[in-house]
Order: sequence, then C-alpha cells, then structure tokens
Amino acid sequence: METILFELALTFYFAATIVCVLELFKGTRTTSRIMFSLVAAGFVLHTLNIVARYFISGHMPTANMHEASSFFSWCIVLLFFFLEYRYKVGLLGSFIMPVVFIMMLTSSMLPRRIEQLSPVLQSSWLMIHTVLAFVGDAAFAMAFGAGVMYLMQEHYVKSKHLGGLFRRLPSLQILDEINYKLITIGFPFLTLAIITGAIWAENALGRFWRWDPKEVWSLITWFIYALVLHVRLTLGWRGKRAAILSILGFCVVLFTFFGVNLLLKGYHSF
Amino acid sequence: MKIVVVGLNHKTADVELREKLAFNGPRLEEGLLRIKEIPEIREAAILSTCNRVEIYLQVRDVQKAYAAVKAFLAHFFEIRIESLDSSLYLHEGMTAVKHIFRVASSLDSMVVGEPQILGQLKDAFDFALERKATGVLLNRLLKKSISVAKRVRTETRIAENAVSISFAAVELARKIFTDLSGKSFLLLGAGEMAELAAKHMMTNGVKDIMVANRTYERGCELAREFEGRPVRFEEFPDALVHTDIVICSTGASTFVLRREHMQKAMRERKQKPVFIIDISVPRNVDPAINDLENVYLYDVDDLRGVVDTNITERQKEATKAETIVEEEIETFRKWLSSLDSVPTLIALREKAEAIRRDELERFFNRFPAMGEKERKAVEGLASSIMNKLIHAPTVALKDEAEDRDMLTEVIKRLYNLNGEDDGKE
Repeated sequence: METILFELALTFYFAATIVCVLELFKGTRTTSRIMFSLVAAGFVLHTLNIVARYFISGHMPTANMHEASSFFSWCIVLLFFFLEYRYKVGLLGSFIMPVVFIMMLTSSMLPRRIEQLSPVLQSSWLMIHTVLAFVGDAAFAMAFGAGVMYLMQEHYVKSKHLGGLFRRLPSLQILDEINYKLITIGFPFLTLAIITGAIWAENALGRFWRWDPKEVWSLITWFIYALVLHVRLTLGWRGKRAAILSILGFCVVLFTFFGVNLLLKGYHSF
Repeated sequence: MKIVVVGLNHKTADVELREKLAFNGPRLEEGLLRIKEIPEIREAAILSTCNRVEIYLQVRDVQKAYAAVKAFLAHFFEIRIESLDSSLYLHEGMTAVKHIFRVASSLDSMVVGEPQILGQLKDAFDFALERKATGVLLNRLLKKSISVAKRVRTETRIAENAVSISFAAVELARKIFTDLSGKSFLLLGAGEMAELAAKHMMTNGVKDIMVANRTYERGCELAREFEGRPVRFEEFPDALVHTDIVICSTGASTFVLRREHMQKAMRERKQKPVFIIDISVPRNVDPAINDLENVYLYDVDDLRGVVDTNITERQKEATKAETIVEEEIETFRKWLSSLDSVPTLIALREKAEAIRRDELERFFNRFPAMGEKERKAVEGLASSIMNKLIHAPTVALKDEAEDRDMLTEVIKRLYNLNGEDDGKE
C-alpha cells in the first residue's frame, strides 16, 4: 500500500518535472497551474506514504537511505510551497523540481524494507535529529536553486543580452534575498541537528562525537555555511559570490548525504 | 446593414493633415451630431487621437455614405476635398471589423503594442453611446473589440517589452531591484533625456532623489522640481555610497564617473548593487565600471540595443496576435449573420406554435368528453389568437426599416429566442 503511494507520488513528481522543464521554454499561466496541481497531488500522496511508514514501523521513517532521501525530497517540496506562497517567484519550480525528482528516483531504486531499529537507537531523538537535519538540508537545496537562478539572471543583466529567461526570472534582489533567507533558515537547523545528534549519540552510544565520516562532513557543511553568512555580513559577499557559495555548499550537502554512505563507512546507515 | 470605417492614420497622412482633422473638445460632439444627421448613416462613433482620426459607421449604402462623410470632413474642417483623396481610407464589412480589432489590439499603432489606444477607443464609443449615436451593431462591435484586445494582451507578449529608452531603463531597474520605492537615486548632470528618465523613475516609486550638477544653482532648481536634495558636484563620489540608481548626463567630454570612484563606493556600501545609466554622448561613465561586481552599467547604445530587441520581440508577438484577430472575426461574423431577421421570424413562429400545441393538448386532456366540433372551434380560436399576437412583430421584422437590427435583437431577447446561446460571450 505505502509502496503504491510512493510510486504514485514519484509519477506525479515526474510529470511535474516535465511540465517544469517545458515551462522554461514556453511558460503560460496554464502550465504553471498544471505544474502546481501535479506537485500538490504528488505531495499529498507522498505525505500519506511517509505517514503510513511511520505507523507501520513505529518510528520516524528516516532509518535508511530510501526513507531518508524520500523525506529529504518531501521537505524540499514543502519549502517550495512556502516560498511560492511568500514570494510568488516564477520559474523556481523549474530549478527545484528536477532536484526533487532525481532525489525521489534515487530513493525509489534503493531497498525499501522497513527497518527494525536496534533498541539503542529507538528514541524520540531519531525524529528530532533527522527532521532538523532534513529541513536544514532542504533549505540549502532551495538556496541552491535560487543561486542558479541568480547566476543566470546576473549573466543576462551583466552581458546586456536580455533574451532567454531574462523576462521571466525574478529580479536579482529577490533571488539574492531568497538565497540569504534560506541559508539563515538552514544554518540554525543544521546547527541544531548536529547538537541533537551529539546528544543522541551520547545517550545511545555513550559518546558525543566519534569522528564518524557523516559527523565530519556535517561539520564541514556547517563551516561552509557559517562562512557564507560571515563573509556576507562582514565583507558584503552578496549576489554572485553568495550564489556561487550556496551552490558549492549544496554540493557538499549532497556529498554528505549520498557520497559519505557510498564511499566511506560509518554508523549512520544513511 | 454595413459596418464601415472611414479614416486616416499615421501611415496615410502626415501630421499636418492629422492636426487639421482632429476632433478636439466641442468639435467632437458637433461633428458626431452632424455625421449622425447624414441620412445614409444609422450609427456612428468618432475616434480622434494624435495618430489617427477614424469614423466608425453603420450605413445603408457604403459608397453614398463614404462620399457624404468625405464631403462632411472637407466642409467641417475647411480643407479642400482633394487633399483627402490619398490619405482617407475606407474599409467595409469584415475588413472594417478586422481593422477595428487591429486598432483596439494596438496592431495598427505607430508603436505596436502601446496600451493607450484601447482606452481611447473605449472613450470614443462611450461618448457616442451617451449621445445615442451608436446602436446594437457598433456597441456589440466595440465590446467585441475590447475582448479581442484583452485576449491579445493576455495570450501574447505584445505589450510586455519596453520600446523607449527611458522605459527600458525602468524595466532593467526592476529586474535588478524589484521594487524601486525604497531606492535612492542620483541625477548626475541635467540633460533633457536624464530628466525624462528621472521622471520615469519617480513615477515608478523612487523617492529619495539627489541632484549633482556642475552649476550648483541649476542643481538646486532641479532638486526642487523632483523634490530631492542638491549635492555639490565635487561631492558626488561620496553620494554614490548611498545611491542605488545613477543617471548620468553631464555634457562633459571625458569620463566623470571613474572606476576608482565606483570601486571605493562599492567597498563602503558593502557591495550593494548599483544600476548606472549613462545617457551622455560622449560617455561620461568609464565603461570599465561594468566589470565591477554588482555594478550594472548601461549606456545609450546598450539601452538602444535593448529597445531594438524588444521591438523585434513585439513584431514576433504581433503575428500571433493577427491569428487571434482572424479567429475573433469569425465569431463576429457568425453573430452578424444571426442578426439577419429571417431566422428570428422562423424562431418566433416556431415558439408560438409550440406554445399553442402544448396548451391545446393540456386543455383537451382536462376535457376529454369534448366533442369534435367544439375541439375544432377551440383550435381555431387558439390559432387566431396566436396569429394576431405575432402578426405585428412579424410585419415589423419584415419591414426594411432603419432599426430592423435593433428590433431583431429586441424580439430575440423579449421572446427568449436565443435559446442556449443566452449568456454566452
């Protein structure tokens, strides 16, 4: 049952992604309305899937890679809706839905078994730690999307070739503002995720910090975003530089999320 | 029943002639009433703008009406009738409809896509309607023209791109800053173009305005005009720190705003973006400034380039708009043919027949014992009431009277003969 929900959600996200990409070439009010309905439908099914897994397993469904990337995508879509509501940014979907779809596709190819958590890990820290981590990561993903859009728009304005997406992309100021806001949201979440992770590790495993690769890379991510915020406030690294940094930052986030599991071994099962 | 457009526009007549033929102020009312008095003409509306003078008519005989209007124009504006020969155009029937649709959609304008024309057309028809110069046909035509224009506006991007340099500057500023209301603005020098651009910025919400001019007094004067504050010319590099938009037009022969100025200012304003528009020729702003981060410099040629691409863009959109116009002409043609009175006559008779049949059936069901003779009598009675009731409207519809179109429309509405077509459009 929950698998069907997942497949359906994936299908809707896929359709939405196609519409999003088409929208880059020829956007009308109708295409964006269709895109929204598709994403919304996918999101509802996706939510049901996550709730179902929660009740079947009895814990937050973020216990393996399949669940984690699914939940990661869910957080991105949630934030996407929020941003659309708040800023009504055209084309944001075209830059973020492909990320969601690829993440969901990856998730769909990973083993979907429902994990039996070892008793040491069974605590409400699981939910607190992972939700914080993924909301933070989702904010970084959106900042990445806004960063890419900024670089495109900046290129149009700077080079004085006002063709392509110039008209439909939002203004530089809005894109920069969104980028900055998202990082100021993502950063405290990441910080809290690291802290709660440490507390959980202390409770369950007896040590706050074990230099597990996931821990190390999370710390690197933390330093990168701390740097992004710091140079912005002190040196005025805004706009283009902030956009580039947030794109780099998200690459590190992705490596921490996928790469560490594939290349390095640690006790984080995802 | 023919729709006709008689007129001239920027393509057929030079400004001198257009000026002479302008229906200004009281002349409009007088002219409209005089045209309406021409016996050939049933409905009339006059559109008079600086680029066109057009008279929309519903007439009985096209050639007679055209000759009469032409003579009227020559007489009314005291010009020789021959001077109208080459510039006056005449469109009739569906060509006229197409022309009005194209005018309303701004496809016939000097600057294709400019939005004012629709409002002017609306005003022209409102004016005529208030003076009872228009009727069913022209009113319907105007309504349709507005809806065509709106469709063109929403389905194409014909009006989206700025086609003047100062509008292009505002458009760019919006793509850098979104909302201009919180932005500060420095006017460097006092050229005419710069003033125009400054005015556009102001109407788009820029409030905090500084003026730096070589002669301080002139700067003060301008500052008063824009409700801004004057800055001494030597001090403008300091003002840059608090300026988001700069318009430069000093008439100097060298670079006034140099790279070092901007570099220093950018450091101090923590890299907040700056949009610089250099309208001066020769240029007053070092083009190397555009290489600085978060500084966007456009000179006159750049802006002209933007405008040129926008114009090509509009022309592309215009072809899409023409297709829409063609589609809409088709729906209007259908409506026109429905105006013809014959179908209405048939519909009226059918409706009456249906009522008669229904009522007789109900009556006979209630009195089944009725004899054949009585039945015949009742049927005869019903028929004669029906025939007498529809006789007068039938005669009126068949008559080639002046107001037949209106009557047809009225009868259709009174007897609800449109059926499911009601409420459409």
